[in-house]
Amino acid sequence: MNNSNNNNKILEIKELKREFRMGTEIVRALKGVSFDVSPGEFVTIMGSSGSGKTTLLNVLGCLDKPSDGTYLLDGVNIGQLSRDELARLRNRKIGFVFQAYNLLARTSALENVELPLFYNSALTASDRRERAIKALEAVKLAERLDHMPNQLSGGQQQRVAIARALVNEPVMILADEATGNLDTRTSYEIMALLQELNQNGKTIVFVTHEPDIAAFSSRTVMLRDGRVIKDSKNENIKSARQALADLPVTDDY
Amino acid sequence: MNFFNLIRIALRALQRNKLRAFLTMLGIIIGVGAVIAMVAIGQGSKQSIQDQLSSMGSNMITIRPNSNSTVGGGARLDATNLQTLKLEDVQAIERQAKFITAVSPQVSGRGQAISGALNWPTSIQGVAPNYLDIRDWELKDGVPFSDNDVKAASKVCLIGQTVVENLFSAGESPVGKTIRFNKIPFKVIGVLSEKGENAFGQDQDDIILAPYSTVQKRILAIPYIQNIYAAALDENSSAQATAEVSEILRTAHKLKATDDDDFTVRTQAELINTFSSTSQLLTVLLAAIAGISLVVGGIGIMNIMYVSVTERTKEIGLRMSIGARGIDILLQFLIEAILISITGGIIGIILGITASRLITVFLSWPTLVSESSIVLSFLVCTVTGVFFGYYPAVKASRLDPIEALRYE
Ligand SMILES: Nc1ncnc2c1ncn2[C@@H]1O[C@H](COP(=O)(O)OP(=O)(O)OP(=O)(O)O)[C@@H](O)[C@H]1O
Ligand SMILES: [Mg+2]
Repeated sequence: MNNSNNNNKILEIKELKREFRMGTEIVRALKGVSFDVSPGEFVTIMGSSGSGKTTLLNVLGCLDKPSDGTYLLDGVNIGQLSRDELARLRNRKIGFVFQAYNLLARTSALENVELPLFYNSALTASDRRERAIKALEAVKLAERLDHMPNQLSGGQQQRVAIARALVNEPVMILADEATGNLDTRTSYEIMALLQELNQNGKTIVFVTHEPDIAAFSSRTVMLRDGRVIKDSKNENIKSARQALADLPVTDDY
Repeated sequence: MNFFNLIRIALRALQRNKLRAFLTMLGIIIGVGAVIAMVAIGQGSKQSIQDQLSSMGSNMITIRPNSNSTVGGGARLDATNLQTLKLEDVQAIERQAKFITAVSPQVSGRGQAISGALNWPTSIQGVAPNYLDIRDWELKDGVPFSDNDVKAASKVCLIGQTVVENLFSAGESPVGKTIRFNKIPFKVIGVLSEKGENAFGQDQDDIILAPYSTVQKRILAIPYIQNIYAAALDENSSAQATAEVSEILRTAHKLKATDDDDFTVRTQAELINTFSSTSQLLTVLLAAIAGISLVVGGIGIMNIMYVSVTERTKEIGLRMSIGARGIDILLQFLIEAILISITGGIIGIILGITASRLITVFLSWPTLVSESSIVLSFLVCTVTGVFFGYYPAVKASRLDPIEALRYE
């Protein structure tokens, strides 16, 4: 965790602060957060409500800029970038997965997944389609290309959202409580999918409340009140696929 | 950002909300349709008035008597009772005028025409043979009367189509027959081609033409003439012709420099201009009313786009989070607005043209769809789209992605 091996890190944050001004009051959501993420890591960010998880993830995802401190994404200091340059960075290097899926209504799964590629003028229509189909295959929805979001279950919608996050081949996937709206079984399915993507080399930063979800990741960063209080490697990574198999078959809800 | 991608994004966004897009378009459709149909009505009536006036002979100059002084106790005389125009005036014009190609005296009277058992109230006009040239009038049948007929005051005549229809049974040729006008027999030597109504709604075919000498002596028993008709060289020289005729008549009538004219010279071109400017005003008025509805349509677009930006805040946030820049969002909403107004404009143009046709077919109002009104309304609705779509689009592009994503 020093400057000498910059190039090996996907992201490096140092003394990151984020303050919100609410009238005369100043809310300090992040009070100096520092950590690095290396390629191939599966990091969960945990912490109680209001601890600053979403605020941190927004900064990591270049949706927001820190009030203070530095953030290097893939070696690039985002503090110096303009709004448009940040947008480009989001388009090329980051894949977002949201708690509420955020799919466009009345738009097929395929088109939803294609969406990020529309903002990349280097790609042709056939490139877009090809890549979107590949991404949907990766989330095992190859048979649902033309389904509208309202024809898909919550878990399937979240898988479409993950495919959308994958389609631009980002350096990392950021997920904010991506399993928050799903039942246990479906959550495990999503985690199994993310684990699979991670094993294939994707770096993932995943915000969650739930310790049993964090157990599927390789590292946990614990926030409290805008500071890191614990940052530990997970020695005993649980397999989501195994957990799924261990669930009782007739699971009545 | 690729421009075609933006158009595709905007198109898909519109497809997702077909009904709303259509309702928004409706304002533009009605606006553009109304502009086109209204202008078509205005232009059509202008054109038909012009055509009718030209049908009276577009180079024609009319000279009427005019009282330049009051008689007796101050009563002014009716123009037909004025006796200031004489045959000598016609001859003077014929001799001296350089901008006049033909000139004819005219006297007229009303009466009953009878042929066999049929009779018809009509008017007889006494004119010179070249009156037909002045009026651009051709014969459908028979021959015109000659200068010799004028000299001899022959009882020959040419009759108009309406008179033919009322005095002769269908298929019967009037040429060679004799009709009576106020009991005086006239031999029909020709039939005039059909002219229809003039700009004032008068039937130009309800007429009998005879040598002026015959009408003067045998019907009216007057030595003077009522009007003089002349033809200018062409439409452009009608002003010079008017001046020239005035000068000749003033000399012939021995008017002093301080005296007013005792005649009026009117050109057909003047008449056309008067009517054209009236109907031009009508066109402008109709177009203005229709234009207002186009503006209302534009405001409708702005309204819907604002609602749409608010309603789609989350979509905007999502698009920004996956890499859309402010300008991409701005252009998307702007293009949506322009697509709505252009599509509405095209449908409106089709509607306007159809409406114009229907108006002509069912109401028999003349309409003329002008290219300029199509081009203009198309431009106006594109500008409307940009103008009214711009502010909502700017609002969308300035949204903060985080707040937009959190919007419920
Ligand atoms: N836009 C904002 N304006 C003002 N205060 C904000 C804003 N965003 C976040 N905060 C504050 O920053 C703190 C951290 O919020 P954040 O959303 O990051 O928490 P969180 O850890 O994601 O919580 P949860 O688990 O409930 O999602 C909170 O006190 C919150 O009120
Ligand atoms: Mg949160």
